[in-house]
Amino acid sequence: MATMNVVQAIHDTLAEEMRRDDRVVVLGEDVGARGGVFRVTHGFLDEFGTDRVIDTPLDECLIAGVAIGLALDDMRPVAEIQFADFIMPAFNQIVSEAARIRYRSNGDFGVPMVIRAPWGGGVHGALYHSQSVEALFAHIPGLKVIVPSTPEDAKGMLIQAIEDADPVMYFEHKKTYRLIKGEVPEERYTTPFGKAAVRRTGGDLTVVSYGLLHHYCLEAAERLASDGIEVEVIDLRSIYPLDIETVLESVGKTNKVMIAYEDNKFLGVGAEVAALIAERALFELDGPIVRVGGPHVPAMPFAPTLEHWFLPDVDRLEQEMRKLAEF
Amino acid sequence: MGKGKDRHTELGLKEEDLIEMYRYMLLARFCDERQWALNRQGKAPFVVPVSGHEAAQVGSAWAFERGKDVFCPYYRDLALVLIAGFSPKDVFLGLFGKAEDPSSGGRQMPAHWGARDRNIITGSSPIATQCLHAAGIALAKKIKKEDAVVGTWFGEGGTSEGDWHGAMNMAGIHKLPLVFVCENNMYAISVHESKQVAGRVYKRAEGYDMPGFEGDGNDVLDSYRLTKDAVDRARAGEGSSLIELRTYRFYSHTSDDDDRTYRPREEVEEARRNDPIPRFEEYLRSVGVLDDGIVDEMREKTKTEVAEGAKTAQEADFPDPSTAKLHVYADLEVE
Repeated sequence: MATMNVVQAIHDTLAEEMRRDDRVVVLGEDVGARGGVFRVTHGFLDEFGTDRVIDTPLDECLIAGVAIGLALDDMRPVAEIQFADFIMPAFNQIVSEAARIRYRSNGDFGVPMVIRAPWGGGVHGALYHSQSVEALFAHIPGLKVIVPSTPEDAKGMLIQAIEDADPVMYFEHKKTYRLIKGEVPEERYTTPFGKAAVRRTGGDLTVVSYGLLHHYCLEAAERLASDGIEVEVIDLRSIYPLDIETVLESVGKTNKVMIAYEDNKFLGVGAEVAALIAERALFELDGPIVRVGGPHVPAMPFAPTLEHWFLPDVDRLEQEMRKLAEF
Repeated sequence: MGKGKDRHTELGLKEEDLIEMYRYMLLARFCDERQWALNRQGKAPFVVPVSGHEAAQVGSAWAFERGKDVFCPYYRDLALVLIAGFSPKDVFLGLFGKAEDPSSGGRQMPAHWGARDRNIITGSSPIATQCLHAAGIALAKKIKKEDAVVGTWFGEGGTSEGDWHGAMNMAGIHKLPLVFVCENNMYAISVHESKQVAGRVYKRAEGYDMPGFEGDGNDVLDSYRLTKDAVDRARAGEGSSLIELRTYRFYSHTSDDDDRTYRPREEVEEARRNDPIPRFEEYLRSVGVLDDGIVDEMREKTKTEVAEGAKTAQEADFPDPSTAKLHVYADLEVE
């Protein structure tokens, strides 16, 4: 097994899939000559040529719409939206078209397409380079929404996304790109969607999260462990399909649950997870369902003081966990 | 043979083509008349009319090779989808929302065409989204070096959408095997062309590095000529074209619209005097392809075909609610 960071895992996996299947093409802004602003497609143009590595015009609606067309003609497009924040012009193509094509054609057509986009904050990206958009898309039947947080999952879930018969929104937390390193098996494997990962076991408290905050939660859990509080930490990995069973099983054991996410708290992923727990495990609970999420301001501001105010850090997560454990 | 000037031979059209083209125009018109009658009887909740557009649709569609080329139509393209392989029965299955509706199994409103086995790409209600799908499909054909041309149809209102401009841009940059056909009927629901389009639609082609032409969309041969040249260029690897076919819709935008609120009656009556079907019929008589006997027989036969299609569709089953959760995903069941 090789140790690598998240961006390397995505780069290597995508290149390997392109070598394996001629139908896989990448398209987006700066994916060719520049190799992607985060270098995910570095070297692709030289290896695969302009037919399969397509520098598109600066038009996100075009990127999504053309990717749909490619998929309808049995290609396997992997489109890159440079920042998740810029996906809004593509919203109609993704929501009204990609997500509905199978349903509206009664199963006659399908859109085997992957849209990759870097999301999340903590990188001084301010309002338009920090957003969380997973809840917007998870609300839409017909889409799968994936948020891998480790290099190993980044590989397995990207292969799964490319193999999937339906459109997959594959969101990469940009702060994890180079921060998070891990071992990645060398053989080809898929990581199934809709299966959460229990990364740390514990009997006192369940913490559900994904993306960058998942790593912060793991760190906070270690601090609590030194005081004898054992936290079970779950990485959702996949927002839709959502693995609520793993969460409920854990809550049945710990009887306390906190959900941490950096999206706006209101109607974010945590709202659905909390609702499902309330519907199905209310009498297992020994305390309120706690949600730690972003305040209701449009997005993460730029100044370090303001960014810190918006994005929960390890200290704050630790405090919230401690408070719930003591409830 | 007749004594009129022969315009079709130099276009490579044989008498059989002409008769088929005429038949499809009649078929579309009679389907339209029947669906309006059913609407007035309260048996069809929603109608998207085609009348007036038959020449533009039949002429442009005839330029494509069925079974190989790909159609990305919009909602008004009833005549076009008949050529691409829909039967009148298929049209009425969609009108009633029946289980066997080939487009959607009764899930979409009528006139949201699609059928994989006929190379008609499924469409939606948001305008001009199909133009980008057409660009993507044409790009796929180019990458795979397949000998297929893609056509996409839209109204002049569609040319205001970013999707349309994106598709034109992509097609121009990559010299895609893609033909853009604008059925310009001067009204996007109520908004007149003068408030919709700065300049002229066909002239926009120049900005996207492709040839643009305007033609008489009430003349099936002119519509065919311009589109055929564009398809030939696309197939020869010479890239995309934009064809603007000027026409008129005789009815309101849909059965839920009332065009009396925005179109003077005189204008509609004037347009009806330029009805593309009698115009083509007159030409066909002048060159000796049609006479009273053939016309009467064709009209009778086509009307019967439409009536039978409508009747069979009306008697067909509605989809079972137990199927409503199918086909959200290929491999997931939903709650």
